[in-house]
Amino acid sequence: MKTGKMLPLALKGLFTKPATISYPYQKVVVPSDFRGKLVFDPSKCVGCMLCVRDCPSGAIEIIKVGEKKYKAVVHLDKCIYCGQCCDSCVRQALRTSPEFELAVYDRKDLTVDI
Amino acid sequence: MGKVVIPIGPQHPALKEPENFVITLDGEKVVAAAVNLGYNHRGIEKACEQRTYLQDIYLIERICGICSHAHSTAFIQAAEEIAEVEIPRRAAFIRTLIGELERIHSHFLWLGVAGHEVGFDTLFMYSWRDRELVLDLVAKLTGNRVNYGINTLGGVRRDISPEEAAEIRKVIGALEERTKYYLGIASEETTLISRFLNVGRLSKEDALRLGATGPVARAADIKRDVRKDDPYAAYGEIPFDVITDTHADVLGRTLVRVKELMECYKIIRYILDNMPEGLISVRFPRRVPEGEAFSRYEAPRGEDVHYVKSNGMDKPERVKVRAPTMANAASVAHMLSGGYLADVPIVIAAIDPCFSCTDRTIRVRDIFRGSDSVLDWPALRDYSIRWYRENGLDFSGIKLFGREIG
Repeated sequence: MKTGKMLPLALKGLFTKPATISYPYQKVVVPSDFRGKLVFDPSKCVGCMLCVRDCPSGAIEIIKVGEKKYKAVVHLDKCIYCGQCCDSCVRQALRTSPEFELAVYDRKDLTVDI
Repeated sequence: MGKVVIPIGPQHPALKEPENFVITLDGEKVVAAAVNLGYNHRGIEKACEQRTYLQDIYLIERICGICSHAHSTAFIQAAEEIAEVEIPRRAAFIRTLIGELERIHSHFLWLGVAGHEVGFDTLFMYSWRDRELVLDLVAKLTGNRVNYGINTLGGVRRDISPEEAAEIRKVIGALEERTKYYLGIASEETTLISRFLNVGRLSKEDALRLGATGPVARAADIKRDVRKDDPYAAYGEIPFDVITDTHADVLGRTLVRVKELMECYKIIRYILDNMPEGLISVRFPRRVPEGEAFSRYEAPRGEDVHYVKSNGMDKPERVKVRAPTMANAASVAHMLSGGYLADVPIVIAAIDPCFSCTDRTIRVRDIFRGSDSVLDWPALRDYSIRWYRENGLDFSGIKLFGREIG
């Protein structure tokens, strides 16, 4: 039995750098395969809509813009960043990116073409 | 002086989530306590019935932010049992690995919360600092700090590369050193022991009678662990010990959790040494054949139970979740009575409560007649139509799917 067993550690803490990162002044590095904002490659999309069918929150739309040409619209406020659409995509047209700073002032700006 | 009844919660500084405890006091002493659940009902079970099995994984995962892997694995195990799909061994090992990493971060979190509840904020700060190591590791392995999304029907979504395995070993080594330090704190620091000893006592007999589970039961010397009793994933072939303690109080629960961390490191090292080669997932049918299954998982807080019923379609007919806090809620009321008012926060915190996981049911209560009554589906429908009609909304004549609704 000992009193103040954590005291040495706490005192040492006075002279060490803070363990926290001073975000946003210092950027946070996330892993390269972090599940952030989606990235879409229109040249690979065949419009099979598997991503739309499997999305748990109905956040993605695939819109036909021309003959064999598609664009993807993502509702970032609905997206739960699970990355299931990327797994469902048979042509790897969708993938996740490490971009996670997605806050905006207007909700309308959360519906984006990717 | 007579007895005083005070409500703690649903909004209270000592509680991290809204829940109501009605405490009857005689002076400083608690003579009776009642737990009122139901402030966090989110209708997740019902929402599961409207989504496919694949979509349900991500919904189920969001039942709890801390033991998300526990819930999604329990659900997937049930679905895989109905569909008679056997996952590859490598997938079972990866699921087990993530499950143990989750247990590490959950127990570190609890240690911090317990320290915070008794005013030992130094412990809180340092244990949460160390928890960051495992959270960053999980982010690297799965792509997110919480809600890992590693599980999929028929296996896992991401493989563990040799570089990642080396990284895990490095982090585990650092965490093991820290855990030894915290074990020293929990078993030697006088202030902590005096605060935890004989607080929130739950004897072995009471724990069995009230159906306590997880570290609460194991601290009362009940050797009960789903990982040993009904092995799932890869636990059947992994050697580890079930930690028990005889203190049967908050100190016992602390020691059980910290010692369990040491077992976690043992399990993870075994997994990394014996990881089989092969596929990480197999094909899973979109439509799950008719049937029902019951699945158990040892979450960091205790036994997590999922029940899934399939009617042969791509959406489940019924999903039932029983979170470990539900099993421990009855013990909390027992543990609180006989103690002091100042012990209430730490006794509640000692079961590692997760109330939003727990709230799965609503109680229909007739406030005018003061009676508890259960309405079946047609009666509830008639009641709602009558209520709207009395309030000036008449639905008669409106057709929905070809049927009159009024």
